[in-house]
Amino acid sequence: MEKSLMKGNEACAEAAIRAGCKCYFGYPITPQNEITAYMSKCLPKIEGGVFVQAESEIGAVNMLYGCAGSGVRCMTSSSSPGISLKAEGISYLAGADLPCVIVNIQRGGPGLGTIQPSQADYWQATKAMGHGDLRIPTLAPNSVQEMVDMTTKAFKIAEKYRTPVMILADGLLGQMMEPVNFSDETLSCEPYSFGANGHGNKRPKNIINSLYLDPLKLEERINERFARYEKIRLNESAADYDKGAKIVVAAYGSTARVARSAVDKARAEGINAGLFRPQTLWPFPEKQIKDATVNAKAVLVSEMSMGQMVDDVKMALEFKLPVEFFGRQGGFVPNPDEILAKIKEMEGKYNA
Amino acid sequence: MKTYEILTAGFGGQGILFAGKLLAEIGLLDNKEVSWFPSYGPAMRGGTCNCSVVVSDTPIGSPVVSEPNLLIAMNGPSYEKFIGVVKSGGKAFIDSTLANTAASSVKAGAGVEVYEVPATKLAVDNDLIGMANIIMLGKLIKETNFASPDIVEKAMKLVTEGKEHLYDLNMKALKIGKEF
Repeated sequence: MEKSLMKGNEACAEAAIRAGCKCYFGYPITPQNEITAYMSKCLPKIEGGVFVQAESEIGAVNMLYGCAGSGVRCMTSSSSPGISLKAEGISYLAGADLPCVIVNIQRGGPGLGTIQPSQADYWQATKAMGHGDLRIPTLAPNSVQEMVDMTTKAFKIAEKYRTPVMILADGLLGQMMEPVNFSDETLSCEPYSFGANGHGNKRPKNIINSLYLDPLKLEERINERFARYEKIRLNESAADYDKGAKIVVAAYGSTARVARSAVDKARAEGINAGLFRPQTLWPFPEKQIKDATVNAKAVLVSEMSMGQMVDDVKMALEFKLPVEFFGRQGGFVPNPDEILAKIKEMEGKYNA
Repeated sequence: MKTYEILTAGFGGQGILFAGKLLAEIGLLDNKEVSWFPSYGPAMRGGTCNCSVVVSDTPIGSPVVSEPNLLIAMNGPSYEKFIGVVKSGGKAFIDSTLANTAASSVKAGAGVEVYEVPATKLAVDNDLIGMANIIMLGKLIKETNFASPDIVEKAMKLVTEGKEHLYDLNMKALKIGKEF
């Protein structure tokens, strides 16, 4: 199929529809509005397709709960402040083991922050997306093509492990246009078998619930869920990386694009630098970063935040390598020369 | 080919983003790597607006252009803001109907070629109101040999799909720019 130019937001929405998404619930917020607009235009045209602009983000996430509970593939999207509003609902979705896809096109925070790109929701997505013992598999695209590929993958992971899945992108990826193509793969759009959608006395009842007042039952549910999380940790972590570098730059999403340019410039100047780019943030690609840093003297983490990924990098490396940080905040996208300057500084400091 | 790092800038409503999109489509049809990134937010309601386009033979890192080698500035504020960051060896295309470069204290750096095109006036004189952006593109395409005429034609067909009446008008605007 020929490549066409699309915005990251629109490409994500089209990929969701192709992945069998039948229902979308959202509430407008910049810089993710093209997802909502695309869904409003396209979803009502497909069989069984439903688009609802809810009264609020909280309304949207609870419609998602009802929809996923009835066994239908569904999605919501928002940007940082809106995702905070959805947090309670995401915890309920996790507690009821409901597959769905949640897209966060991050903007700067805290509070209303800015409408410009940011990566400051890493902690929220990977550590505490809601109350309770829960994990949300989190995918981090770095191009419009990956907005497509990872949306498809998100629906697959959601279904396979019965869990909400998050796509953590940012305003840059949502707003930019790049060439994309869509695979011809057709995914099932049949309702999930666990859905509470009327049994007509022909099968046992399906119950969608996150409340377990009996401690034994709740503990059993949580342990069963964490056994699934362990499978996700073992099977689904992904990263794209260079091998053998002395200075390894760890960056994801938009920042990884800039870091790639910086690393290429460093190499052209004879510095043995390499890029490590996590494609999943939870599970963090622990084995892969060990592989990428076999020869490394030090690691530079670069993000559009105050360094929210640094702890995960340190832990994955078992605190055996020095880890430094360079980032921009406030809506700034770093430029390659800024990261290059830090690589050079570290090359001298660690004798790499 | 080198990498084109292009910035188009002007008022919201002048077709700044559309001009960028046309350049990206041309690059795509020419089998290049391309990216397009708009300034987003209140710009589309009439504020100042700009758009980064990168066209390259190699994969594109940051899609954000801060030091362009090609600039299209379609009003005074955009000229003032961006003329100083155009790289040496680069080219700047200024709509001289709306940007008075002679009266401005800001000048292009050494090694930057500046082309002044009264695009807004040319558009009005030729019954092409709203197509000053395409007149500017015509000039840019000519001065940079941006792509072959058949690729430009194909890209124009693509971006005017569903609005065929606009194809001929846009091609006329391109020609005026090329011949200026």
